[in-house]
Amino acid sequence: MAQKSSLSNRPLEIRWHGRGGQGAITAAKIIAQAAYLKGYKGVTAAPSFGAERRGAPVSASTRISTEPVLVVSQVENPEIVVVLDHTLLKYPDVTHGLGKNGWLIVNSPLSPRELGLKGEFNIATADATKVCQDLELIVAGLVIVNTAILGALVRATKIVDLPTLEKIIRERFSKSTVDINLAAINKTYEITKTGK
Amino acid sequence: MAIQRKSNMLIIDGNQAAAIAAKMSRVQVVAAYPITPQTPLTEQLSQFVEQGELKAEYVAVESEHSAMAVCTSASIVGARAFTATSSHGLAYMHEMLHWAAGARLPIVLACVNRAIGAPWNVLNDQQDSISQRDTGWIQIYCRNNQEIIDTIIQAYRIAEQVHVPVMVCYDGYILSHTEMPVDVPEQADVDRYLPSYKPHTTLDPANPKNYNLVTLANPRIGVDGKLCHGYMELRYLLQEALQNSRETILQAGREFNGIFGRDYERMFWEDRNDDAEITIVAMGSLAMEAIVAADMLREEGIKVGVLGLRVFRPFPKSDVVQALRKSKLIVVFDKNISYGSEGATCSEIKSALYGTYINASIRNFIVGLGGRDIKARELVEATKKAIASLKETVINPDYPEWICQI
Repeated sequence: MAQKSSLSNRPLEIRWHGRGGQGAITAAKIIAQAAYLKGYKGVTAAPSFGAERRGAPVSASTRISTEPVLVVSQVENPEIVVVLDHTLLKYPDVTHGLGKNGWLIVNSPLSPRELGLKGEFNIATADATKVCQDLELIVAGLVIVNTAILGALVRATKIVDLPTLEKIIRERFSKSTVDINLAAINKTYEITKTGK
Repeated sequence: MAIQRKSNMLIIDGNQAAAIAAKMSRVQVVAAYPITPQTPLTEQLSQFVEQGELKAEYVAVESEHSAMAVCTSASIVGARAFTATSSHGLAYMHEMLHWAAGARLPIVLACVNRAIGAPWNVLNDQQDSISQRDTGWIQIYCRNNQEIIDTIIQAYRIAEQVHVPVMVCYDGYILSHTEMPVDVPEQADVDRYLPSYKPHTTLDPANPKNYNLVTLANPRIGVDGKLCHGYMELRYLLQEALQNSRETILQAGREFNGIFGRDYERMFWEDRNDDAEITIVAMGSLAMEAIVAADMLREEGIKVGVLGLRVFRPFPKSDVVQALRKSKLIVVFDKNISYGSEGATCSEIKSALYGTYINASIRNFIVGLGGRDIKARELVEATKKAIASLKETVINPDYPEWICQI
């Protein structure tokens, strides 16, 4: 897993990019809760601040630390960037600040190499959209990939483990939606490809 | 929403923390009008009432002015009242803020700090609550979501003891929409800490009284033959109540610690300040970011501490003097500006130090207006700039510097 070096109390930072309605903010919160359950005392999860609308690019952030998180400013140099919609990769903001030991997690049918991105960070891809379509994880016509992509995040970074994630999903989701979300996570975990 | 954890730890945002605090304080009347970024707080409270979790009257008013009018009326008849707002909503409430404080009603208001237009902006700074500085309310600022829940509960203790309304302020989005772990108290403990409200005067149709009648400049004999205060005596008593509220605030914090194990027996927070030669002053969530900045400066061998302002009204002058006694340089970051002068907290610091033996240089930076991101490294750069400026002059400049693109 990527590590911050300079200050011992500096948290690990994840930035999430998606489109309004895809659930990037919920994903940011789920990982914060899972990390807390794993024993990290400091976690925060925040949406990007401002007006958000369905379909428009949105971002969110999660900070994870062994100590309470004191940083409240926006994430500048994330260790991990998670992209729920690969069409957002055309915006330079998405990978901005991601360091060479960092991880870019992308919902994409392409392999890491096929993405053709410049940068020294590690890349993990998985076609979470197809996984969710196959499972019919669709709400109001929108494929909901926010839980599925967590499978790729966990596979690549091991920031939390699948059983912890499952526990949070079971607590957070209604009984009727738990199984389909867990299936999406597990399937995406299996098909995740990693590379540079 | 939130998930139950071992003990009472929930991962919640600031608005949820405030809503839970109001519920646990067993407020009896909530009157509020939604405004960004306060909206989820009022939605949560109306849901608590709707679901029967909070036995309160939720009055969906048509404006913030009416919200405070309803809270004032409710408080006069003896109910524990709560409201919340932000920015233009607080500005619109301005007249009634004076009314609530003047009538000495123990209302608690959560101000989710947001910038004020023009131009339009929904993001965070502290101009809204600072603009209400002189309405006679106690103002307490929170650094994180734990402090939000704890401070609102304490606010009722304080308000009902000193008969002054309390405004609990927390940064919009930065806290209101950011989830973090919060230790939620047990209801039984809150009940023990905060007994039900016993008003000293109640407007009761069965026992008619005049209340808030026109009060003349000079004291005069009332209908009962007793000498009544004039307007100025009543103003003096409000000022005296705020001047004397320090002990009540500290005691409320001390007893809170006794029951909940979190120490609030303080007017402000001090971090890394014991051996500090330079002190950074900040208020609200910025006071946490400032601790990170202080650590970064200490890695370079610069002895920096942080004074995180908590109680802004009453301003704890002598406590501040005590905390800053060793500082050679004080760097004050304000998320507000008193136009034509300087940041409001900087003026307070200067005022507190005047005439004492402390002769520190003071530098003021205006930061974070309208949601402008302000990072620890920028606080570090500004502090270094302030240190460098001492070589030119130790005299305090007339006006603040702004951390912006101009």
